[in-house]
Amino acid sequence: MSLRTTPALLFISAIVALTGCNKSGNDTAKATGDMIVRIGAAAPLTGSQAHIGKDNESGTRMAIDDANAKGIVIGGRKIHFELISEDDQADPKTATIVAQKLVDDNVKGVIGHLNSGTTIPTAKIYSDNGIVQISPSATAVSYTAQGYKTAFRVMANDAQQGHVLGEYAAKNLGAKKIAVIDDRTAYGQGLADEFIKAAEAAGAQIVAHEYTNDKAVDFTAVLTAVKGKQPDLLFYGGMDPQAGPMSKQIKSLALHVKFMMGDGGYTPEYIKLAGDAAEGSYATLPGVPLSKMPGGKEFETRFVAKYQPIQLYAPYCYDAVNVMIAAMQKADSVEPAKYLPELAKISVDGVTAKIQFDAKGDLQGGAITMYQVQQGKWQALETLGASH
Amino acid sequence: MNIFLQQIVNGLVQGSVYALVALGYTMVYGILGLINFAHGEVVMVGAMLSLTALGVLLGWDVSPLLALPISVVIAMIGCMALGYSIERVAYRPLRHAPRLAPLITAIGISILLQNLAMMIWGRGYHPFPILFENSLHTFAGAIINDIQIAIILLALIIMTGLMWVVNHTRLGRSMRAVAENQHAAQLMGVDINRVISITFMLGSALAAIAGLMVSANYGLAHYYMGFLLGLKAFTAAVLGGIGNLRGAMLGGLLLGLIESLGAGYIGDLTGGFLGSNYQDVFAFFVLIAVLVFRPSGLLGERIAERA
Amino acid sequence: MSRRSLRDSLRFGLLATLLREFYTMNFFTKHNSRLLFWLMLAALVLLPFVTDALLGRGWVRIVDFAMLYIMLALGLNIVVGYAGLLDLGYIAFFAVGAYCYALTGSPHLAAAFPTVFPEGIHLPFFIVLPLAALVAGGFGVLLGAPTLRLRGDYLAIVTLGFGEIIRIFMNNLNAPINLTNGPQGISRIDPITIVGVSLNSTQSLFGITLPSVHLYFYLFLTCTAVVVFISHRLERSRIGRAWMAIREDEVAATAMGLNTRNLKLLAFAMGAMFGGVSGTLFAGFQGFVSPESFSLMESIMVLCMVVLGGMGNISGVILGGILLALLPEILRHSVVPIQQSLFGKTLIDPESLRMLLFGFALIAVMLYRPAGLWPSRLRKRELQSDETAETV
Repeated sequence: MSLRTTPALLFISAIVALTGCNKSGNDTAKATGDMIVRIGAAAPLTGSQAHIGKDNESGTRMAIDDANAKGIVIGGRKIHFELISEDDQADPKTATIVAQKLVDDNVKGVIGHLNSGTTIPTAKIYSDNGIVQISPSATAVSYTAQGYKTAFRVMANDAQQGHVLGEYAAKNLGAKKIAVIDDRTAYGQGLADEFIKAAEAAGAQIVAHEYTNDKAVDFTAVLTAVKGKQPDLLFYGGMDPQAGPMSKQIKSLALHVKFMMGDGGYTPEYIKLAGDAAEGSYATLPGVPLSKMPGGKEFETRFVAKYQPIQLYAPYCYDAVNVMIAAMQKADSVEPAKYLPELAKISVDGVTAKIQFDAKGDLQGGAITMYQVQQGKWQALETLGASH
Repeated sequence: MNIFLQQIVNGLVQGSVYALVALGYTMVYGILGLINFAHGEVVMVGAMLSLTALGVLLGWDVSPLLALPISVVIAMIGCMALGYSIERVAYRPLRHAPRLAPLITAIGISILLQNLAMMIWGRGYHPFPILFENSLHTFAGAIINDIQIAIILLALIIMTGLMWVVNHTRLGRSMRAVAENQHAAQLMGVDINRVISITFMLGSALAAIAGLMVSANYGLAHYYMGFLLGLKAFTAAVLGGIGNLRGAMLGGLLLGLIESLGAGYIGDLTGGFLGSNYQDVFAFFVLIAVLVFRPSGLLGERIAERA
Repeated sequence: MSRRSLRDSLRFGLLATLLREFYTMNFFTKHNSRLLFWLMLAALVLLPFVTDALLGRGWVRIVDFAMLYIMLALGLNIVVGYAGLLDLGYIAFFAVGAYCYALTGSPHLAAAFPTVFPEGIHLPFFIVLPLAALVAGGFGVLLGAPTLRLRGDYLAIVTLGFGEIIRIFMNNLNAPINLTNGPQGISRIDPITIVGVSLNSTQSLFGITLPSVHLYFYLFLTCTAVVVFISHRLERSRIGRAWMAIREDEVAATAMGLNTRNLKLLAFAMGAMFGGVSGTLFAGFQGFVSPESFSLMESIMVLCMVVLGGMGNISGVILGGILLALLPEILRHSVVPIQQSLFGKTLIDPESLRMLLFGFALIAVMLYRPAGLWPSRLRKRELQSDETAETV
């Protein structure tokens, strides 16, 4: 080995040594007699969606802490659940690496991923390895349409939610001319397309379909174009960081429309960012309001005390873990192969809704609730049934 | 309402923001021939610092009229320190290294700053407090608000000030000398390191102002906001001719106008085949078209023979 | 020290040896010793098994991705390293390759053209691979042509623009005709099949079980070897020397009678072809493609691999590809345990710290070795003689 390679070699060895430290630290978690059962969680914890990813992680963590506090016994042994949380950076490639890592870590089930783009390719890996996957938030129809038996979600899909939104806009709000803006992400585009279908079927006319992206902050150009078409309702398919400033700009362009969003807008963050421009905006959220479900209010209080105000999907993560554990208890086994059949036919009350899955793994007959911002707070208007 | 005029106003506001950030890129480029990829992150830090300062000051019941300038100054000082350290740590040691080496350290700094900001300010979006009534003005059918007027004016004032500094002060003369030929400038008694440091600090101070204006206009700040803004501003600087201050201003305004007119009219132009989803494609096409005919940007020098 | 950690340090000692072996070997150039070559080959053939046994199957997948990145980095190396054309939109060719396979190897087109392709198109892999390389190469020429007069940073921004344009088209071509399925991406892509063997299944050969990730590893290894071979031959060829002449001084190169236009286009095309091959393999491996995999950040990462490893030097670029593909994953596995062993608890969020260290590593390496970890000999000489002279 020549002298000039030495420094580089040191660098490599240092990295390798670093990795070495890790492996030895892994199994020292609990030295008690409990059986350790690992549950994986994956969401973007860095990048522009990190605030929602962290919220997911907190929801999952709380459910696991609750289960551990209860001291669940499965197969005659006391179970200690351990959370393995990974950052998938909302990137499909990183997500498959994370998925394989979770498989290697011998997790018995996975809560994730957050985005549709990461959930779809990972479903294959979990299925190949026989691991149950429950996504708390992926809404793309194609996720459960791939035919993997291990794939579930506790969230309404785009078709279910878009349908409710479109009908509500045309029928309940009486919108005749509707403008649509979507953010060209899998979520925003999927939801907007389903919204358009339903709204047109219900007799409304789509007068404009404009686009933005999920990193934009300036929407004045597309909003001005929308204004030229004089719609009476504007639907935005996208998330709160864009919806907030968009509402502000709607106001400052004196565009007089009803503003409507899907679940991506139903966050405290939206109201914070839009300020008083948020007043009167509509958004849906799959499930029943937390206050209407047994344990829902209590969940919210405890969650806020422990972490921070609920961003979006934390309750769904909480439910996802709980149905998984419920299925384990029913099957009296933590092995995915054993509890998978129980999960498929499960029916339990979660904090977001009554959770039952259909043959594809989608949430069955899930309720969807319409909310409106009133006096600076999201208020539930009514709960509508999903008809798909 | 006049839709066309409104789109022009939208474009001018957005363009002024790009121009403010582009000035920082172009100053550094003019002197070092280096793309300061981390500049967008400095803008983000500026926004975050001024927001934090504002929050603290308003918490102490300082009047908004006083709190705003103080927080701008704090953000400027913070960013100047940051700009100085970036240059010292990541660029100065590489001044004679292969051309792409500082590009990589710039990317490294950018990742570093983003994640540091995430650790310090958290993952959430920070709303900008409402300090004054932001009233709307209608003129000839287009609507513009106070903050937007302030942005356009500020961009013009800063640009003029900067031109004056570069053309009429001793410092400006040293800057031009260093830009022309570092070696010769050094022989003429110019302290190159000092001039470069000052340039970075000046650019970063502008970034702080830009950061504040952006977050005031859009009502939010986030640790991830710098990347896209930096990219757009860099594009604007190239469009105008990188290294040229007037070019940065022109490029910024043009890019803003192209984007808003593109988003507004691309659908009508293509008979509905393409929509506002092709806004960026449109902007890049214009950029490419300009560069094909003027390979060094609109106002760039024609002697871009250095590879 | 527990028994477990002792075993672990042994494992990593072995890995370090492997890496060192890899690093000290100058591929086919200097030590053209036959023994070394066969040792190396044996090590590479055994690599997935060793990795699987010591570190887990997840690492085999990471190594697979590293292979794809090496191919990308070698392709970009032709454009940036040899011809000296700064390309910030290189990932577009990766995307073109990936979508070529996604469109011609999935049921997706059945929805858009139900009469022409009732089942979608399912071309075999060995037809798609050269096809995708050609299409990507064509795009390389197409995008290279308008940029011929541009230099340095102007070129960088235009290529960046092209990269974004291609991504935006892929993200939006779901209407009026659903060609790319837009942001939803194309799923259910056929697994790569070679002589009737689907690489998506576990195979066994002479009693050895070969899981899917291992099979893909061997395919990627073969492709990488071909790419390395072509790169190496190009570097030593007339074309390669001409590229380097353009890189060093375009005006002088033109004066020497080189057709710089065609040579530059050839560099773009060759680089793009490698990217296209890598993209095709990516699509088959993942079974799913969507535009978010082809963001600007990916182009920047590949550029970092080339520059960090050592522009213009094949071994250096390979090293850069391996390091940058592995580093984030290594940090993923190590930041929590290190904190725990140092402070007894996790002080800093592992995710923030991971990317923080990544950024820090980029800076540190460049400061420490400005010409890259393993620069080409030519570059190194230049740098030394340049120390007194002014560089541009």
